[in-house]
Amino acid sequence: MKLHLKVWRQKSGNRQGHLVDYELDNVSPDESFLEMMDLLNEKLIEKGEEPVAFDHDCREGICGSCGMVINGIAHGPKAAVTTCQLHMRNFKDGDTVVVEPWRASPFPIIKDLVVDRSAFDRIIQAGGYISVSTGSAPDANTLPVGKEQSDLAMDAAQCIACGACVAACPNGSAMLFTAAKAAHLGLLPQGQPERNRRAVLMINQQDAEGFGGCTNIGECEAVCPKSISMDFIARLNRDVLVGTIAGAGRVEA
Amino acid sequence: MATETSPAVTVTQMPTFTEATLDPGVPPGPIEEKWEKHKFNMKLVNPANKRKFTILVLGTGLAGASAAASLGELGYNVKSFCFQDSPRRAHSIAAQGGINAAKNYRNDGDSVFRLFYDTIKGGDYRAREANVYRLAQISTNIIDQCVAQGVPFAREYGGLLDTRSFGGAQVSRTFYARGQTGQQLLLGAYQALSRQIAAKTVEMHPRTEMLDLVVIDGRARGVVIRDLITGKIETYVGDAVVMATGGYSNVYYLSTNAKGCNASAIWRAYKKGAYLANPCFTQIHPTCIPVAGESQSKLTLMSESLRNDGRIWVPRKADDKRNPNDIPEGERNYYLEERYPAFGNLVPRDVASRAAKAVVDSGYGVGELKNGVYLDFSTAIKRLGEHVIKDRYGNLFDMYANITGEDPYKVPMRIYPALHYTMGGLWVDYNLMSSIPGLFVLGEANFSDHGANRLGASALMQGLSDGYFVLPYTMGNYLAQATLGKVTTDDPAFKEAQYTVDDQVKRFLAIKGTRTVDSFHRELGKLMWDDCGMGRTAESLQHALTKIPQLRAEFWANVNVPGGGNDLNQELEKAGRVADFFELAELICLDALHRNESCGGHFREEFQTPDGEALRDDENYAYVAAWQYAGAGVSPILNKEPLKFDYVKLSQRSYK
Repeated sequence: MKLHLKVWRQKSGNRQGHLVDYELDNVSPDESFLEMMDLLNEKLIEKGEEPVAFDHDCREGICGSCGMVINGIAHGPKAAVTTCQLHMRNFKDGDTVVVEPWRASPFPIIKDLVVDRSAFDRIIQAGGYISVSTGSAPDANTLPVGKEQSDLAMDAAQCIACGACVAACPNGSAMLFTAAKAAHLGLLPQGQPERNRRAVLMINQQDAEGFGGCTNIGECEAVCPKSISMDFIARLNRDVLVGTIAGAGRVEA
Repeated sequence: MATETSPAVTVTQMPTFTEATLDPGVPPGPIEEKWEKHKFNMKLVNPANKRKFTILVLGTGLAGASAAASLGELGYNVKSFCFQDSPRRAHSIAAQGGINAAKNYRNDGDSVFRLFYDTIKGGDYRAREANVYRLAQISTNIIDQCVAQGVPFAREYGGLLDTRSFGGAQVSRTFYARGQTGQQLLLGAYQALSRQIAAKTVEMHPRTEMLDLVVIDGRARGVVIRDLITGKIETYVGDAVVMATGGYSNVYYLSTNAKGCNASAIWRAYKKGAYLANPCFTQIHPTCIPVAGESQSKLTLMSESLRNDGRIWVPRKADDKRNPNDIPEGERNYYLEERYPAFGNLVPRDVASRAAKAVVDSGYGVGELKNGVYLDFSTAIKRLGEHVIKDRYGNLFDMYANITGEDPYKVPMRIYPALHYTMGGLWVDYNLMSSIPGLFVLGEANFSDHGANRLGASALMQGLSDGYFVLPYTMGNYLAQATLGKVTTDDPAFKEAQYTVDDQVKRFLAIKGTRTVDSFHRELGKLMWDDCGMGRTAESLQHALTKIPQLRAEFWANVNVPGGGNDLNQELEKAGRVADFFELAELICLDALHRNESCGGHFREEFQTPDGEALRDDENYAYVAAWQYAGAGVSPILNKEPLKFDYVKLSQRSYK
């Protein structure tokens, strides 16, 4: 099939970007969206132009590298998939497809569709872990965890940190990302000792990075490729409240 | 670092190699006591002195992240590098099925010895006994460590850990977190690493690529890095270097590896003197989604765990175009169950892959391109209900449906083998140190524990064993004894390495040819798949050894790398990786040609039993082939590490 592409091109973070029109022929419905972008890039290189830069790696929806806003929707029109898992059979011959990077001030653009998501790493560094050093663990089965509890923790733990939630949120909030980590660890008995403190520290970092606040709009859940539930945000708010009352933020500040 | 641009080594017959014998430094004593005793005998670094040592860790997969975190916890000054934008995205994240551990929680007869035995046998008797035994011992600590970190392993209703079965084992010892075990284990290691980054024991350098190793006075003392955003070539000094940079399946272009996975770190270390062992031991995973067309950029694995409940079959009639659901039971050939009644669909990967190739090559392949076999869940769905299958494999089924547009709950999956893992890698001794003192190699990047074929759910085990529990001890032992002079980046060795890296960038940009990097990579991959894939012959390997240098010469004359060297340039990154794949491909074929036997994933068609199984030659080939670089266009030196089997009796592998 044939597509009319409008792709965001931006030489670097401090240069102006703009949408550029490309016509692309011979796109197969079996191709993934990124394979379609590969095809575009091959054509551009053959014409002596610079290919479109975009992040990608595993191409099976788990590494969280890829992410494009496709026709205004983070990761495109199909629910619960990453851009690399989106296949061209979801488009029609002759479609116009607009491709843009994640847009959020804590994710500055590096080049074309590549953005800097290191703010997510810093939120995890602020407290998104259980403090256990290598070698100090007791036998794994000394600590039973109910199956329902463990399954719920796993639902939250599936987050791939792609950043679609932030890109989709009108406030540029990272609450779904932060809540997923807080819930994953806070739902498990191993995570209890640091639960509230962890929540406060991560929220403080999230604010420091410039992410917006959550106003329960729900765009994040709608675009999340792992279908992570907004319910986890309520859990995070609860932990932050308890932690703040207990003075976790003050102690650390 | 000389770059091999011309077809200098056109091998038309088997060259002769200078040979030497290698000693892996395995400690004496009974196998069960070796590691405990060795831990006691190894030298320690005083806690107050640890921060004086700088350790450079390359790669942040399971091995690299666990090593960097554990070394940081001990108090070393660690610098960690990865090419992804975050250490959490390393390719370990994509491992699906699970991680083995000899916990025997199932009371089904598992033990450290059985895991050791299964791994040696599964590897077709080409792994070092002492390392594998240590791996089996440590396996239980890994599960403990990961649970304590909050890895949400699957649980039973009683709250205890669940397990499942994997290929090559008759016990249920595989721990898992849905179909995302690698993701959860990596996030555990990433979080431990993040904690150390916050504690400032680890300095993290994402979006950087190692392009050369610096060796001074015979020891690994630094690396040359390209900052992928600014293009700046930078140098770092260390007291030791740890490579945990993964495998080289992407030599074949189409593989289940992430697009960025590459062999540049290990290849450049090889050219600086590190031996590269058993490169021809490549694993072709039996259950991947078949190729759909020319533009395919990578292959997707469907976890081996699916073989717990899926039954593999092809129609008994060749070229049968009927809908699989319309083919009656009697006209289906469940070839694995028929041929291997004891292990059935759970035979090891190499055996399952070859069997699939055999039926497809004989015209029984299914799907539009006739390039797959069925993996059918209808029996399991009838027996257990769709909800149970969904609970076990839901995300895999969704992934399959996304890619193929078919519903695997309703029609059988189509699968075919694909390149997945490489058992070969840099040679390491018992302490995981390469032939260059101070260069340690962990995880898939080393050659160590899987012999000629890795069992499912053992890669995660090895990566974490190396990083959490082996290296933290052996690193201390090295640093406590090594006499390390003061080195700065002004040393001529650094300047020279920096210059060659810089020079290569300039050369790529100056070629301005007519073909894209990918077009060369695809051509190399196809050549390797055809000539050095699931089946290899002396003839096909000779063919590859003639073709590769020609293609490589064309690459260096006609590749088109657009853009410049001073910003993010993904084509330039790819060009460097493909240039190294070209050279490595040749060594893979050379190794495959020299090994006149079949074992595990290395199947030389000339050497098979009357019923088509791999035929080893223990008398002549029970050794590790550790290749030593001898210069561009010169045959490498063959170092042999003899393999002795004192605890597992060498026998013809049988899964019948």
